[in-house]
Amino acid sequence: MSMEYRSIQKISGPLIFVEGVSGVGYYELVEIRDGEGNLRKGRVLEINRNIAVVEVFEGTTGLSTTSTTVRFLGRPLTIPLSTEMLGRIFNGIGEPIDGGPPPITEDYRDVNGLPMNPYSRDYPTKFIQTGVSAIDGMNTLVRGQKLPLFSGSGLPHNLLATQIARQATIVGEEEGFAVIFVAMGIKHDEAAFFKKSFEESGVLKNAALFLNLADDPPVERLVTPRCALTLAEYLAFEQDMHILVILTDMTNYAEALREISAAREEVPSRKGYPGYMYSDLASIYERAGRIRGRKGSITQMPVLTMPNDDITHPIPDLTGYITEGQIVLDRDLHRRGIYPPINVLPSLSRLMKDGIGKGKTREDHGPVASQLYAAYARAQELRMLSTIIGEEGLTERDRLYLRFGDAFEKRFISQSVNENRSLEITLNIAWELLSIFPDSELTRIPERIIKLYKRS
Amino acid sequence: MLRAVGRIIKISGPVVQAEGALGFEMHELAMVGNEELIGEVVRIEGDIITVQVYEDTTGLKLGEPVKGSGMPLAVELGPGLVNNIFDGIQRPLTVIRDITGDFVKRGVKATALPRDKKWHFTPLKKIGDYARPGEFLGKVQETPLIEHRILVPPNREGRVEFIAEEGCYTVEDVIAKLSFEGRTYELKMYHRWPVRRPRPYIERYEPSEPLITGQRIIDMLFPVAKGGAVAIPGGFGTGKTITSHQLAAWSDANVIIYIGCGERGNEMTEVLISFPELKDPRTGRPLMERTILIANTSNMPVAAREASIYTGVTIAEYFRDMGYNVAIMADSTSRWAEALREIAGRLEEMPAEEGYPSYLASRLGEFYERAGRVKTLSGLYGSVTLIGAVSPPGGDFSEPVTVHTKRFVRAFWALDSALASMRHYPAINWLISYSEYVDYVEKWWNERTNGRWKGMRLKALEILKKEDELKEIIRLVGVESLPEEEKLILETARLLREGFLQQNAYDPIDTYSSPEKQFKLLDAILKFHEIALRSISKGIITSKIASLPSIADLVRARMNIPNEKIEDIDAIIERIESEIKSLGGA
Ligand SMILES: Nc1ncnc2c1ncn2[C@@H]1O[C@H](COP(=O)(O)OP(=O)(O)OP(=O)(O)O)[C@@H](O)[C@H]1O
Ligand SMILES: [Mg+2]
Repeated sequence: MSMEYRSIQKISGPLIFVEGVSGVGYYELVEIRDGEGNLRKGRVLEINRNIAVVEVFEGTTGLSTTSTTVRFLGRPLTIPLSTEMLGRIFNGIGEPIDGGPPPITEDYRDVNGLPMNPYSRDYPTKFIQTGVSAIDGMNTLVRGQKLPLFSGSGLPHNLLATQIARQATIVGEEEGFAVIFVAMGIKHDEAAFFKKSFEESGVLKNAALFLNLADDPPVERLVTPRCALTLAEYLAFEQDMHILVILTDMTNYAEALREISAAREEVPSRKGYPGYMYSDLASIYERAGRIRGRKGSITQMPVLTMPNDDITHPIPDLTGYITEGQIVLDRDLHRRGIYPPINVLPSLSRLMKDGIGKGKTREDHGPVASQLYAAYARAQELRMLSTIIGEEGLTERDRLYLRFGDAFEKRFISQSVNENRSLEITLNIAWELLSIFPDSELTRIPERIIKLYKRS
Repeated sequence: MLRAVGRIIKISGPVVQAEGALGFEMHELAMVGNEELIGEVVRIEGDIITVQVYEDTTGLKLGEPVKGSGMPLAVELGPGLVNNIFDGIQRPLTVIRDITGDFVKRGVKATALPRDKKWHFTPLKKIGDYARPGEFLGKVQETPLIEHRILVPPNREGRVEFIAEEGCYTVEDVIAKLSFEGRTYELKMYHRWPVRRPRPYIERYEPSEPLITGQRIIDMLFPVAKGGAVAIPGGFGTGKTITSHQLAAWSDANVIIYIGCGERGNEMTEVLISFPELKDPRTGRPLMERTILIANTSNMPVAAREASIYTGVTIAEYFRDMGYNVAIMADSTSRWAEALREIAGRLEEMPAEEGYPSYLASRLGEFYERAGRVKTLSGLYGSVTLIGAVSPPGGDFSEPVTVHTKRFVRAFWALDSALASMRHYPAINWLISYSEYVDYVEKWWNERTNGRWKGMRLKALEILKKEDELKEIIRLVGVESLPEEEKLILETARLLREGFLQQNAYDPIDTYSSPEKQFKLLDAILKFHEIALRSISKGIITSKIASLPSIADLVRARMNIPNEKIEDIDAIIERIESEIKSLGGA
């Protein structure tokens, strides 16, 4: 049916320019056959007069202007969808690579998805207990939220991500939970670590893995999260499941985006990343959420490594502008042997307030978190000061804060990889720590609550 | 009527070119492709037009037609706007949901105003009257809070030949006929107005009245006037959206227009869920009854983001023309600027700073100029207050959008990541924020505070400034070596920060402070400072004063004492005074 073109005019980076095309659609799927007859896939990025610009997912190595042929398939990139896909492993464009048969289904869906109507959204309010105090107590995750881990190379973000995937529960609800794991450009042993950890905790049979690894073609990374999220939407909104999507590492994704942009000779914005990176990332992150009248949900936990630990770098920066908060890992805490090395001060969960409090968690949860923030921020400030002027230069009251700061890191933040703390335990530790202060210092907590919970 | 048609020769994201397209006008609304996606002509060169498309262009093909509409991109202005949520080009999201379900599909045709709904119309003109442009033909009680005044369109006038009797009509019914220079014009309850053209007024006035926001740091320290323009810049998570939501909720404007421009879907949902529950402090009615939402979330088509700002401000001017005070929040103007940049890039225009087109500044200027307090065509006062969030990359205020915005706004509420990470909210940095509206609103405040507002404001700023300087010194020598007066400055500054500047949007009492409560709280803290200062001169040390039990009550007063019981603040300050006395001071 569809025409086969032999008219590749130019090959540049991951792009091929096909001449003399007609009736080609924007963003449609392309099949490319190299000189040896092997098939690759690609996508139309631009059409200008009779030239179509195509990005080739598998890269252009081995393609030529003479022996390569191109067919436009007249449809966007789709993936098949079925609940059978849980427990399976796929490559970066959604084809099974675990030796099993392709999923049996008639249901194919465009991987780009469609924007959720804001009027249809339901506000996320259900507390997910991760068992990690720094998250549950102070940066609470709720069902349907997008909450990334901002990390740095060599920090234990994988360990933390698997701990969360293993421990995440809604207290009093067990059914219909699944994990979709999306690897973009990570190393084989990292992927193996995730797989093993899912296996051991029994998550694997309820997980789908989409793997684009470090030695897989970078351009393919641009569709990997979209394939995975298309499955997530199907499972959440048509099969009533609660899906946790772990996307790692978004930094590799953004680099692939930059590569394409450079090959297209586009005007870059900051650090060579394209001006549309914000919208592009949003088209991934905004696929988290809940819909009114439907049972399921998509919760996203993207992981990214901040180049040079710089939170103002465009990748964490644009991510932070889209996601509903961030959990920031800190090299200094890590060096001091604190796991998880979560620095709570730059961390934030924007949806926390609606997931906690009376009837949801505990009435003291919000005020306690707020007081912990105030006290720890003060402690950090005083730590800096005392390194310059010595502890003697501090007032009695200031020294209390210093003591609090140390205890907070050692007792509250720090916990073991297998320690699954209930919220009850987390809040009790918090009260223990706060009890070193006189009531008059706890101005973020109503007196009534102090009376009820504070131990003297 | 014959409409221009071209054939698509280029597709690059939201930008499409067509050739053979003679007869198009600049900014004409165009229907693109077989699915008739909505677009706008942004460039004409010979027979080639460039169209920015407001919907996803996936699947669009070369050779498909681009049709002209003969009209510019315009909004529909009439009953049905309030208590509604629209996309960037004014299609109701409620209707889109009915048509395409929970996900937005392309090519949806939906009129902005409901065609079947009947409104109770009361005429205000009679046959034989002369109706000038912008005058009221009649009125409709659109919601319990909004009396929608039916305007003669700004480009129409004439002798009233017919006016509908009081009764129920749809927006398509003819409610008046005007004769002008021998022709008769039929008027309906709505008219269209091109979004890129500011609506006319008679005269511009200086602002004179504050927009009371119920947010202490804003109203008392960095006020905005009705008809003013403000920027809220800040890195991610510093509180632009919450501040905008707070302003949308509590400002004493008649009409609120909230534009979610390239931001999160859940933030629109939050407004949709909370505003029908929240009550307007002045009328006791649900806030949604005066609110209009415009949503182009970050995953919706980028070109419509560019349009959403104009859609919003045009609707605002329309309500202004009814004699109302309107406030618009645009969150975030940076996303709008980025949309401009993306389109400009695809048009292969020469980039200026950081890839933004060279006309970025002039577009920002044109937008903020649409704020103002005016005498409307009907002779009333009306105002549009513009509040624009700015999202600087890396939180760096020296980037182009922040820098250019600063030239066009007269108040600047700078949000600070360091304050936000300490959970000092709103994280408005009092050292670098400013308002040029202070002199305009001084009279209003002074009339209500025995002439004390301005002096108290300066005193508070002075203490905070001094604290900042002292912090530098402490970094070198520690607190203990400071004289007692300076230690007191630190203590009073702490009270100001924790008991006055901080304001928790989620606390039912703290979220809105009446002007009276704001004044009383600030007055109490400054009184404390006076009393303590006197006592220090009698030899009492600051640390004793700072640990008095009632000080914590003063810090908590913002959350503990509701707007209706502000006398309780006096009681606290009396207790503090007697506690200090018992130390031997006061
Ligand atoms: N006045 C306030 N009271 C209580 N909490 C606040 C207040 N202002 C901000 N916050 C907290 O800060 C968080 C971030 O605020 P917000 O979402 O407004 O940031 P933003 O500047 O709009 O960020 P972005 O640019 O990423 O959209 C909120 O989720 C809330 O937890
Ligand atoms: Mg925001």
